Amino acid sequence: MAARGRIVAGLLAPHPPHLVYAENPPQNEPRAECGWETLRWGYERLRADLAQVEHDVLVVLSPHWQTYVGWHLLGVPRFESLSVDPVFPNLFRYRYALDVDVALAEAIHEEARAEGLVSSMMRNPDFRVDYGTLVSCHLTDPAWSRPIVAISSCRASAYYGVDVMQEQAIALGRATARAIEASGRRAVLLSSNSLSHRHFTTEGPLPEDMSREHITHHGQHLWDMKAIRMLREGRTRELVSILHELTTQAIGETDAGSLTWMLSALGFPTQGAELYGYGTVIGTGNAVMGFWPERAA
Amino acid sequence: MTILQGWVVPGLPHPLLTPDASPGYRRLRDAFDQAAARIAALQPDVLLVYSTMWPSVIGHQLQAHPAPTWVHVDELFHALGSIPYRFTMDTELARAWHEANERRGLASRTVAYDGFPIDTGSVVALKLLDPDSRIPAVIVSSNVYADRAETLVLAKAARDAVASTGRRAVAVVVSTLSNRLFTDWIDPADDHVHSAKDDEWNRKILEFLGQGRLEDVAQLSRTIHREVRVRKVVSFKPMWFLSALMGQHNHHHGEVLAYEAVHGTGGAVVGLTPTGEARGDKEFDEDDVEVWHGHREVLDPVSDEDEEDVPTPPAPRAPEPAPTRSASVTTATAAAPVGAYPHARRVDDLLYLSGVGPRQPGTDAIPGGPIRDAAGAPLPYDVAAQTRACIGNVRAVLEAAGASLADVVDVTAFLVDMDRDFAAYNAVYAELLGPVGPTRTTLAVRALPTPIAVELKVIAHVPLGRDAPRST
Repeated sequence: MAARGRIVAGLLAPHPPHLVYAENPPQNEPRAECGWETLRWGYERLRADLAQVEHDVLVVLSPHWQTYVGWHLLGVPRFESLSVDPVFPNLFRYRYALDVDVALAEAIHEEARAEGLVSSMMRNPDFRVDYGTLVSCHLTDPAWSRPIVAISSCRASAYYGVDVMQEQAIALGRATARAIEASGRRAVLLSSNSLSHRHFTTEGPLPEDMSREHITHHGQHLWDMKAIRMLREGRTRELVSILHELTTQAIGETDAGSLTWMLSALGFPTQGAELYGYGTVIGTGNAVMGFWPERAA
Repeated sequence: MTILQGWVVPGLPHPLLTPDASPGYRRLRDAFDQAAARIAALQPDVLLVYSTMWPSVIGHQLQAHPAPTWVHVDELFHALGSIPYRFTMDTELARAWHEANERRGLASRTVAYDGFPIDTGSVVALKLLDPDSRIPAVIVSSNVYADRAETLVLAKAARDAVASTGRRAVAVVVSTLSNRLFTDWIDPADDHVHSAKDDEWNRKILEFLGQGRLEDVAQLSRTIHREVRVRKVVSFKPMWFLSALMGQHNHHHGEVLAYEAVHGTGGAVVGLTPTGEARGDKEFDEDDVEVWHGHREVLDPVSDEDEEDVPTPPAPRAPEPAPTRSASVTTATAAAPVGAYPHARRVDDLLYLSGVGPRQPGTDAIPGGPIRDAAGAPLPYDVAAQTRACIGNVRAVLEAAGASLADVVDVTAFLVDMDRDFAAYNAVYAELLGPVGPTRTTLAVRALPTPIAVELKVIAHVPLGRDAPRST
């Protein structure tokens, strides 16, 4: 009998394409001279910690694969293509080649259906993987050394409100945890989102000009710090209970359901998360954080 | 400046990829095919596409790759199949539009990258409206934060670009009417508009568009958004864009070629062709705008309510030409215009009134009597009463614009019988406008459009800040 699978890490892994741009990896066409170091160095520290933990697969939920009919999962074993960010095409034109753990994706799909969720497998080989998934996975594993499972963001909040999205994301988290356990995989979960998410609406001639970078408004900073503090203190159920307010008052990217999903899959950990970095990107608030369930408290 | 025609089309891929999955999709597809034939017959130089399915954050983006090529898959309806495309973009027009955007104060850029993800709506519209990709296109994004003013200015910049390049253009806006999708999969044969309320509103919108009343629908955009739009990424603003692009009026021949449900949304193929005739009374409830004056109010979360009252702070930059404030005034307290013109138009501090006669609002009765009967036979009339009524109507228009007779600075008077009427007219004028002291010119004319003896053309000085209450 195969060993029981488990979640070995849950990472808050925001996806500003600016970070990939500033890294100048070979996959990305545009070149930068600097930028957003506190976040990029945070990701470096996260990668160093992740390298110490054996894992088989990254499971990511991205706000930039938006589906209005339930939750979708990539269901094709391999994708190779070019991703151009529709909002920041000047920064992110990225050639990717990635493998998908289709078996695990199908298992999550089935468990999601068992939870009563609408779930679909994406089988079209011409599909272009969204840039949120790509950025979060690249920053976590630039070599793409492991397969991924990519889950869409069901925008139930658009139809019913944040609370219904939360309920669905919590159910999806339970489904994800059960599927991972049954699969025998050692999985790393990526919640691909910023916290506060009000953008600037203009961009300077040099995108990496850090003299322009700051939070859009003070209220966002207050919410970001509150959320980070609660995550560091392991107050995850409490955070989810007030996520509605964060989402609406700080225009949080938490509306995607990804953070709620991850915390649910982790069983709402009471052990605190580690903060690797915080920084703003075109006015949005981004934190790189990690829960390590197998670490000694 | 030539916008030959405008089209409103839905952007979901069903009519393109699975037209025979339901009779409704087939009717939509047939309507697309009809539209394509009509567009081809016009032989336009370019298709201007505004898609609500291409959101942008940093200003507006214009597709300027000369030949964008890809195999597109919709992120939701991926199971319906892939859409290979190769389009031709009018890069010269895209650049001209971008430059016009900047002149009018908008943040703007062109995008010309291999593999740029053209949105499903634009792909579907171009594939169906120009199946052989013979007509160059320009596609513009829909900015997430843009409000009505910014969207109008975007359209006016497009007009600038079309005019400066001499293009003959067909405009296409890609948008559903009601946009509530079913949240579960359905049998296409069972597809229907999500609710009776959505359906009712869709039909109301189409009734207006079918009458060519595009500007009226544009003026209803905020209401439509509240009533039948789920707030996703982009609010309902395509009618603002299309009407501003086509001149902000109701002088169109409208034709609804199809209206069907697509996974619960309301999708219609509607053609609008400019005509010389007004169809219905245009009502401007909101100010017009020529230049985008400021930054978006980024501290406010965008919600339906907030969009009602977005402040516009002073311009951070000074676009050329200098910004003017222009708005038309139409009021029910003065007699209805007899042609396609407002009662007044304000430009900065000056208010220009259209010619004002003595006809009474609501009844069109002429105080002092008409000067001739229906057969053209002369009738006795009282020019003093007519002049008094004229000045009363001038007062009503001024008050509708937040002004008064005391603000009048110039009057041109037209009399059909100078010898008979000047003295009586002059006496009433002296009583009512003499103390104000505007400059005045009095002319004799052969006739006026209705059987009246006198008409006044007035200019008033109304400092900015003394704005009208909303048009009535």
